[in-house]
Amino acid sequence: MSVVAPPDETINRLRAGLGQQADGSGDGTITSDPAVRAPLVIGKSAGSFHEVTETVCGWAESKPPLAWYPLFAIASTFAGIATLMIAYLIVTGVGVWGLNNPVDWGWAIVNFVWWVGIGHAGTLISAILCILKQNWRTSINRFAEAMTIFAVICAGTFPGIHVGRVWFAWFLFPIPNSNGIWQNFRSPLLWDVFAVGTYFTVSLLFWYMGMIPDFATLRDRAIARLERKEKFGFITVPVGKVAAFGYGILSLGWRMSFRGWWNYEKAYILLAGIATPLVLSVHSVVSFDFAVAILPGWHTTIFPPYFVAGAIFSGFAMVLTLLIPARSMYPGMKDFVTDRTLENMCKIITVTGTMVGFAYGMEFFIAWYSASYYEQQAFIIRATGSYWWAYFIMISCNVITPQVFWLKWARTTPWFIFIISIFVNIGMWFERFVIVSTLSADFMTSSHGYYSPTYVDVLTFCGSLGIFLTLFLLFCRFFPMQAISELKNVMPQASPHPHNDDHGGGH
Amino acid sequence: MTSKSSNNWGILAQYEDPAALTHACEKVRDAGYSKWDAYCPFPVHDLNEAMGLPRSKVGWIVITGACTGLLIAVLLQWWTSAVDYPITVAGKPFWAWEQFTPIMFELAVLVSAFGAIFGMLALNGLPRLSHPLFDSERFLRASDDAFFIAIESKDARYSETATRSLLESAGATSIELIQEDQA
Repeated sequence: MSVVAPPDETINRLRAGLGQQADGSGDGTITSDPAVRAPLVIGKSAGSFHEVTETVCGWAESKPPLAWYPLFAIASTFAGIATLMIAYLIVTGVGVWGLNNPVDWGWAIVNFVWWVGIGHAGTLISAILCILKQNWRTSINRFAEAMTIFAVICAGTFPGIHVGRVWFAWFLFPIPNSNGIWQNFRSPLLWDVFAVGTYFTVSLLFWYMGMIPDFATLRDRAIARLERKEKFGFITVPVGKVAAFGYGILSLGWRMSFRGWWNYEKAYILLAGIATPLVLSVHSVVSFDFAVAILPGWHTTIFPPYFVAGAIFSGFAMVLTLLIPARSMYPGMKDFVTDRTLENMCKIITVTGTMVGFAYGMEFFIAWYSASYYEQQAFIIRATGSYWWAYFIMISCNVITPQVFWLKWARTTPWFIFIISIFVNIGMWFERFVIVSTLSADFMTSSHGYYSPTYVDVLTFCGSLGIFLTLFLLFCRFFPMQAISELKNVMPQASPHPHNDDHGGGH
Repeated sequence: MTSKSSNNWGILAQYEDPAALTHACEKVRDAGYSKWDAYCPFPVHDLNEAMGLPRSKVGWIVITGACTGLLIAVLLQWWTSAVDYPITVAGKPFWAWEQFTPIMFELAVLVSAFGAIFGMLALNGLPRLSHPLFDSERFLRASDDAFFIAIESKDARYSETATRSLLESAGATSIELIQEDQA
């Protein structure tokens, strides 16, 4: 692959933020020639390694932006509501949800699949884009990995509580019951436990391993300011010592040794290698929950690839939903999360959205081509039956809206991208809802039934958003939000051959 | 922070930038030292060659992990489904390897991921609570923007004067003696 490197002067202009678009907008990273590599770190942070450290550590060391406090208050209130709703469910029973016959899988499974799907962007960005040497991922991978962890936590809650008698949830794991009967390993529901469990564990390890060197940076800075104290009302907290202790434990004694880095880099690329098929497998296995069941509208081989494409689609949308406000709230984040980064993500959204649209069309075609009466009816009822509105929202949000990113203005205007990302999140939730509500019209017309959620369903779902946002805001407050060492590594200054800079950090 | 005895742990030398560090590492490597290390805020590209490091052993740990995970999955599913308490479900065979593959894959991935991260930490001698280098105030900047080489006094070729002049001639901007931390 030959890539044209821009002449030095262009790089310097871009780095200084001079290469703006014709109308003077943008940060200069959007170039008219796609073969020109945009700088990955711009603005003040591009000046030196120290500036990068200052910018990123500054977010964790100083007070959060003002908007953080009301957001945290709202998020934690909703997290509290979720806790109450779950407690109510446990003491009463699943009857508090809107489940009925024939729809005996409701919002719980919809929310589970939606959250797991969102959780796909993190490991996709950190693993697949790492293997493909997409260095622009450096500015978003920590963010997306954190989002993955919290999304999978929300996802895992729903299967845990939807079994009704939660005190039997241990039977999800390979432990025999009192009659010595084991779990059914030939069932996709058990595969799901292993797939999601493995995904959560591996994502958590990947995220943590990436943070070890950055925790060491925070630790060393905390040691340098050990005597710092802060007053909270009547209590004086020795924040310097607390930070040095906390980050010290989390950094595991990492001391930036190159012999350490050498094993670390090997472990990182191997983790990326094994996480890549893992990402693709998880949502495939989730789709087996439906596809292996012999039900019209579910029993299709297109489900695994279609679920995976949808997962990447919704995951990227959620990353953008979180990234765009954070980027304007935290000073200096725009030095890393450039307009080019957002533009790249928009392109992935358009690609995966189009794949999902193709899958919707293909499902319909195969239903017709199968010549199976029930299969055809399931799809016609999905699109035109009592849930036509859900199908309509799904198509308009998932297939039509992402096509606006063909326009350059749309994919380079952050507030507009934010709005589209919300649409995609809504659309993907409805995709899962459309699949589940297929149950409402089964083989016997006499047993068709309409399903509506109760207030408990709705509040549990809103509460799960609260849990997600609470965890995320805590992450923004205390953890390194950007991969400090990786960012330094993609800066031009990092090259050990400064006068032979034509490979532009693309290793 | 204080050392009771003043045993010399080694010498710490600082270098200007990644290029100077790489250059200095080549000199230390060629002088034949073995107990030494470079310290940098990010993995400087190609420094492994400049330091003459062999391939990392993490890969062997990961492949061992993958095989272990696979084996656990096969034994677990075969023994529980076909030996200990076989139950007929939907007419599927007791030993249904096709349906056991998802869990075989997942467990292989899980154990190899454990191997990658815990193997990496074990090879690096981590976690550890303290290190003589942490006593150096200058060394705090290794995680920010400073580049160092440290040669341990345990090295057979170590001599306080010769090692010092080697590091100086390689372009060190500052040199510091590090004391052993004996509790």
